[in-house]
Amino acid sequence: MIGSSFYSMLSLAVGSVLVCAIIAIWVSSTRLLIRVLAAQGFALGIVALVLGVHERDLSLMATAVVVLAIKGVFMPLMLAKVGSRSLTNLEPKPLVNIPASLAGSAVLIVLAFGSSRVITTFVNTPIGALAPVGVATLLIGFFVLVARRKPVFQMVGLMLVDNGIDLVAFLCSAGVPFLIELGVSLDVLLAVVVLMVLAQRLASEFGDLDVGDLRELHD
Amino acid sequence: MVLLMILIAPLLGGVISLLFRKDVRIAWISVATNAFVLGVSIWLAFHVVTRGVVLGAGGFLRADALSAFMVIVIGAISLMASWLGISTMAHEVASNPNQRAHSATYGVLVQLFIVAMVLAVLAANVAVMWVAVEATTVVTTFLVGHRRTKGALEASWKYIVICSVGIALAFFGTVLVYLCALRVGGHSAAALNWTSLVSVARHLNPSVMRLGFGLVVLGYGTKVGLVPMHSWLPDAHSQAPAPISALMSGVLITVAFYAILRFKAIVDLAVGPNFSRTLLVIVALLSLALAASLLITQHDYKRMLAYHSIEHMGLIALGAAAGIPLAIAAVLLHILGHGLAKSILFLASGEIMAAEGTTEISEVHALLERRPILGGVFGVGLIALLGLPPFSLFSSELLMARAEFQVGLGWAAVASIVAMVIIFFAVVGHARHMLLGANVSDEVLDKPPNWVSGPLVSGLVILALIGVLAWPLSSLLSAAAHVVTP
Repeated sequence: MIGSSFYSMLSLAVGSVLVCAIIAIWVSSTRLLIRVLAAQGFALGIVALVLGVHERDLSLMATAVVVLAIKGVFMPLMLAKVGSRSLTNLEPKPLVNIPASLAGSAVLIVLAFGSSRVITTFVNTPIGALAPVGVATLLIGFFVLVARRKPVFQMVGLMLVDNGIDLVAFLCSAGVPFLIELGVSLDVLLAVVVLMVLAQRLASEFGDLDVGDLRELHD
Repeated sequence: MVLLMILIAPLLGGVISLLFRKDVRIAWISVATNAFVLGVSIWLAFHVVTRGVVLGAGGFLRADALSAFMVIVIGAISLMASWLGISTMAHEVASNPNQRAHSATYGVLVQLFIVAMVLAVLAANVAVMWVAVEATTVVTTFLVGHRRTKGALEASWKYIVICSVGIALAFFGTVLVYLCALRVGGHSAAALNWTSLVSVARHLNPSVMRLGFGLVVLGYGTKVGLVPMHSWLPDAHSQAPAPISALMSGVLITVAFYAILRFKAIVDLAVGPNFSRTLLVIVALLSLALAASLLITQHDYKRMLAYHSIEHMGLIALGAAAGIPLAIAAVLLHILGHGLAKSILFLASGEIMAAEGTTEISEVHALLERRPILGGVFGVGLIALLGLPPFSLFSSELLMARAEFQVGLGWAAVASIVAMVIIFFAVVGHARHMLLGANVSDEVLDKPPNWVSGPLVSGLVILALIGVLAWPLSSLLSAAAHVVTP
């Protein structure tokens, strides 16, 4: 049995994850972008927490705490450090402009719902039915990676991909086992730290960097 | 206990060399620990073939014949790379004394990199394997960017962004496999153990497994360097210091392929062999076509070696597509042969670069006459890599083609041979330019010291010996092949 207040709370949190992804396409200021990312990490943590409390699953609650700490607080703080070091605060000339990006994200969402039918019919629970939202977040992450050219935006794209996958895992199977989640989070965290250091080195070498300017290496 | 030792030894080498970094000779401790890994892994292989699977760390680590074989490959190439790494670092410090501090971190990161690869092949759990493969990305990013030039930074940025996306997809694939396993009543902590996945494989939901395996091939395929996610590879392999290129091109990409082999065994049981076969044939042929077309116009010898890796990964994927035990045994022999040949070539190219100061093919002439040892190693290494006898790549390519004909993939085998012939002529053309020709200047050139040329030459001798007498390996190869074939 699913209590209606539980389900509406869960839907709200899941919906917020997707809304944050769409806003991430919309904004061009890095400061705002990082706040949106923090909000998404927070929403993702709430999803895990609500599910954990509902299913009285201690390991899922522990996972929720890890997600809240890492994705809601720690990573955005670090990204903000990188963001504040770049000279301008704005994405200068995105490869795809904002209205087209928003239209693109609508297409991606439809695509996500279509393509995740295999997963939803397999899981076949009301909670699992929300899984396409995770796939949509993942696809939007890909889009940000391809269409935005500042290092900070690319890092956010990566995190959107990761959050999307996490969301699917939570909704379909109450997450992967806790120890695995811990290992995975640690890896992702380290990757972000490495990206951050690298972004700073790139900035000091190339100035205010546009990833599109990385053209030293080619055939 | 043995498995834990293999895992800890390289780490110990790294820590000791960091603690006593004042003395440059301390780097030899890492060489010693990597030699230890190689030695123990050979013992492990004997043990596994004669007595069966070894477990370690409370079931967290597991070595069957396939894992043991991969540890041998990792051990052999790590030994060579860390040995020659001492020379690479000496060249670097000689040209820029400020590099000494960096070379200490370099030493530690290399050892961590080796530990992560060993963990990936010894992990009993496919999610732990994922964590280890992702860890290799994190660790190697700084190694790729070690020289801190614009090119190196650009390569490391592309490397970590593309590989992180790829590996995230592999994680998604792993999650889907986990979903299927939970449904058939796996107990949640053990559900992702490879052995328990294999034991329930026939009951896993076919359509979700298809999706999951597609993501796994795309995801781990990124790290393997298979088309369409290959674009980081030529940049990273050409910009990294030579020993890192040797490790990445020689073993890291095949460690990622090992992950695909493990999942292939599961999905073949769940949905039958045709699905994975089709998928692997497609990525294999695309990779071969791309490598062939870009090798023709190549102007940089390190990039040439990098595209050569994409070719060989294509061949390996095609062999794995055939899927019968003969094919997998040939794939594994090819993994070893390619690993040795490619790492010798990258290490030699590092010495050539240090001596000549360029990686442009057009600016290197008459190496055979001017630097007979380096030129000779490079030339013979290319002969091995192009699949000529007596080297083991010749036999493994022949065996893979035979297996492909046996399962009705003859047309794909023919296509791969066409690509290999094109690549052969392209590479021979480049090599002729670099190696032959008259020595125009009369400069006296210093030859590399024996401790540098020794490992390279003996590596080539071993490669030829494996090609001529497959005896010590054949039982290990066939045992390893049977691990991942029904």
